[in-house]
Amino acid sequence: MLIFERSHPGRRNAAQAPNYTATVSGIPAALLRTDQPLLPEASEMDVVRHYTGLSQKNFSIDTHFYPLGSCTMKYNPRACNTLAMLPQFLARHPLAPDSTGQGVLACLHGLQEILKDVTGMAGVSLMPMAGAQGEFAGIAMIRAYHDARGDTARTEIIVPDAAHGTNPATAVMCGYTVKEIPTDANGDVDLDALRAATGPQTAGLMLTNPSTLGVFEKQIQAIQKIIHDAGGLLYYDGANLNAILGKVKPGDMGFDVIHMNLHKTFSTPHGGGGPGAGAVGVAQRLMPFLPLPVVAKEPPSPPPSPTGRGNSHGVGGEGSYRYLTEKDLPQSIGHLSAFSGNIGVLLRAYVYARMLGAEGMHRVAEFATLNANYLMAELHKAGFTVAFPQRRASHEFIVSMKPLKDATGISAMDVAKRLLDKGYHPPTTYFPMLVPECLLIEPTETESKETLDAFVAALKEIRDEAYATPELMKGAPHTMPVRRLDDVKAARELDLTWKPATNTRAA
Amino acid sequence: MPFIPHTEPDIAAMLASIGAKNIDALFDEIPAVLRSGKLSAVPEGMNEMQVSRLMHERAAQDVPLLNFIGAGAYEHHIPAAVWEIATRGEFYTAYTPYQAEASQGTLQVLYEYQTMIASLTGMDASNASLYDGASALAEAILMAVRAHKNSRRVLLPATVSPLYRSVARSIVKLQNIELVEIPFNAATGTTDLRALEQHAGSDIAALVIPQPNFFGALEDVDALTAWAHAQGALSIGLVNPLTLAVLKAPGNWGSPLPNPLPQGEGANESLRESNIRGADIAVGDGQPLGAPLSSGGPYFGFMCCKQALVRQMPGRIIGRTVDLDGKPGFTLTLQAREQHIRRAKATSNICSNQGLMVTAATIHMALLGVDGLRRVAAASHANTQALTVQASSIQGVKRLFSAPHFHEVVLHLPKSSAAVLASMAEQGVSGGFDLQPHYPQLGNAILVCATETKTNEDLQRYVAALRHAL
Repeated sequence: MLIFERSHPGRRNAAQAPNYTATVSGIPAALLRTDQPLLPEASEMDVVRHYTGLSQKNFSIDTHFYPLGSCTMKYNPRACNTLAMLPQFLARHPLAPDSTGQGVLACLHGLQEILKDVTGMAGVSLMPMAGAQGEFAGIAMIRAYHDARGDTARTEIIVPDAAHGTNPATAVMCGYTVKEIPTDANGDVDLDALRAATGPQTAGLMLTNPSTLGVFEKQIQAIQKIIHDAGGLLYYDGANLNAILGKVKPGDMGFDVIHMNLHKTFSTPHGGGGPGAGAVGVAQRLMPFLPLPVVAKEPPSPPPSPTGRGNSHGVGGEGSYRYLTEKDLPQSIGHLSAFSGNIGVLLRAYVYARMLGAEGMHRVAEFATLNANYLMAELHKAGFTVAFPQRRASHEFIVSMKPLKDATGISAMDVAKRLLDKGYHPPTTYFPMLVPECLLIEPTETESKETLDAFVAALKEIRDEAYATPELMKGAPHTMPVRRLDDVKAARELDLTWKPATNTRAA
Repeated sequence: MPFIPHTEPDIAAMLASIGAKNIDALFDEIPAVLRSGKLSAVPEGMNEMQVSRLMHERAAQDVPLLNFIGAGAYEHHIPAAVWEIATRGEFYTAYTPYQAEASQGTLQVLYEYQTMIASLTGMDASNASLYDGASALAEAILMAVRAHKNSRRVLLPATVSPLYRSVARSIVKLQNIELVEIPFNAATGTTDLRALEQHAGSDIAALVIPQPNFFGALEDVDALTAWAHAQGALSIGLVNPLTLAVLKAPGNWGSPLPNPLPQGEGANESLRESNIRGADIAVGDGQPLGAPLSSGGPYFGFMCCKQALVRQMPGRIIGRTVDLDGKPGFTLTLQAREQHIRRAKATSNICSNQGLMVTAATIHMALLGVDGLRRVAAASHANTQALTVQASSIQGVKRLFSAPHFHEVVLHLPKSSAAVLASMAEQGVSGGFDLQPHYPQLGNAILVCATETKTNEDLQRYVAALRHAL
């Protein structure tokens, strides 16, 4: 049932709105609304029950194992949420003076410093509001760099065929054309193809390392030399940073610019599709182009702290913080949000980083990799087809269901849907497209051995069912609020908003 | 180990299964020269008690001022239930609903959201949100250029927030789109129709129409929309969704209404059937619908459009369909527009959006209903009007523009606006947004907003602080 169908004319929530009934004065009638917007009239309890009930129709990290490859669905510590929602943080207006936000700015500056260290970059801007916006900022900086040098003949961005779709889409948004290069049989970039694709027209290369195939690009040093020798810059897509956090720094691999998905690696919540945060890091030569604002720490004049004292955690008394503006960074690619990005998300990432500390950061990559390699080994032993058995898994790996499909007709999609019945959110399906009938599996470091073992058992059961009761598989899921949905109908007969006249009932 | 459940026996058993002698061996494909990973700037880890202490101390450093700044982010009361429900783990820790059967909760919330926001804006369709209002404006400009096909020029009035214009420029300039600034009438504070007329007939993909505009002044949206359409351009409405409880919806902007319209159910349909085309795209920031100020984010951008433009829209879109048994259900639809399918030919590179903020906004709108939103909008407007009257009683302080305004106003001061605001801040009052750096021609002008959260005592405190600062 939709909230609109719970609506009852005349019902109001007196406690939720001001006790103000006068009509609006001083506005010409032609500018006023005369029709009634379609919002429900429901009691507070109706609304709470309705949305609590809807929440219960979701799989989530808090309720289910969620090994969605490339999305890093690890546990989101509750302390991060609680501490980012302290009333003073929530109440501050974005245009209030910097002097009234020394606490939040200190956190943001601290996060910038931590991210610089773990990525090995010279500068960081926290402002992009999602991974894709971080990509935009990164490629826009590459373009600004070339343009500032009068090097305007560079019109192409090279992208491996295994890349996330956001990479080519971003290059186009930044005014570049995309040159795609193939992957070799080991899952690495085809170096000959890369050499052939690179030239004076090359603005840069976008690379995810470890790649979306779940392997570390071993030839990274050769790749960076090819690109840099041609005058191009190297972009690191940080979607898989969880695999190398505290182990390898993108800066040490020769990358000039990087974006980080803080909602993956730094465990901020995915929120049903966002908000994320896509901080960018740059090498020295791209520093002037960082997106605004950036938080700076100024040594003199202590901040106007109401407590008026420092303490053991380094708060107060040792400098003040301020946002850098166009005046400080005149060559900046500019602002990408009206204010200062997704601050609340950044605070969560900061709390997470402080709880992990340096030791915890090292452990992220170690245990994410241990879990992935263990799960890959167990599935391989159980007879599943691993895409790159000769390689170490990074934090994720690919299993192909092609042999099962050839034998039984049961596809990767069928397996995914049956996993729902077993209480598991499926891995990413049909991406990357290079491997047929693929499942991209990312267990993350926060899952226990028992969970991984149970997941292997579930996949074995499903394989047995594929042979024994294929119709059960084709009809899955059977235990969800709905069964498989008609996507073709959804796209052909668009129903994007509820209309009271034509609809009387719904799910 | 924080957030890692492995015991020593677990680790030993797992390594044995893999056939690796230790965890470090799992990284043996990475060239040794790259494997430094030494962290020097990351402090030692803290437990929850320690980090809680740290964050409470940091929060205490953020000095709370009595806030009278709006300028695109508005302080409204948020019912307690909104974030209690939105931060339930099932919403908070789910991801993009790729597996529709296991995401009906999030998907239905988004469908309900699309219905609510499309109705508020008077449009046919909505996406499931963009990052914020400013980036949504940039996406609307890109969308209009795609839809128009023959022009890459977009008219952007100076009455659009300078912060938004700056973002739009950053995002669209790399695709050779020309943004033409349209000046405003110095007396009314609204877009200068005569200046606009100079562009008549020239190739224009779209005209952006803010309502209320950045000064809180009300534009002649009907005339502007009709003008844009007469030039063959699209009309992009940039609106504050809360004000749409009171102000005419962008979907109904255009030529004057022929007759008084029936009230209540079905009224919107009858408007649509009249000859009014309305704005083609409506965008804005959803922050006034349940998002705390939070120093600037996360908020969410909304984007709605007319049916004909749906396939040009960026971002996730939720559709209702049926399952194998014919039972209604919800799913991501029109994915062929998106980057994960179309790659370089996608409508945008956007992947994640601001789903959790939209969840909060949907609950917020459901709790307040039309009546509640109207009360909030009307009370905010009344408070700003009252503040304007009281502040204008001070010698030298006057309202700057003559056009009718809504819930935000520009005041002109007899002294340096920066100095006055600094003095008010010292008295604990955030007196407004300084327009000087962005509109030097206005002199010592500030933009002031008093929402429904302000009491009569608050208004008096504002006036006293302003008097003292002068």
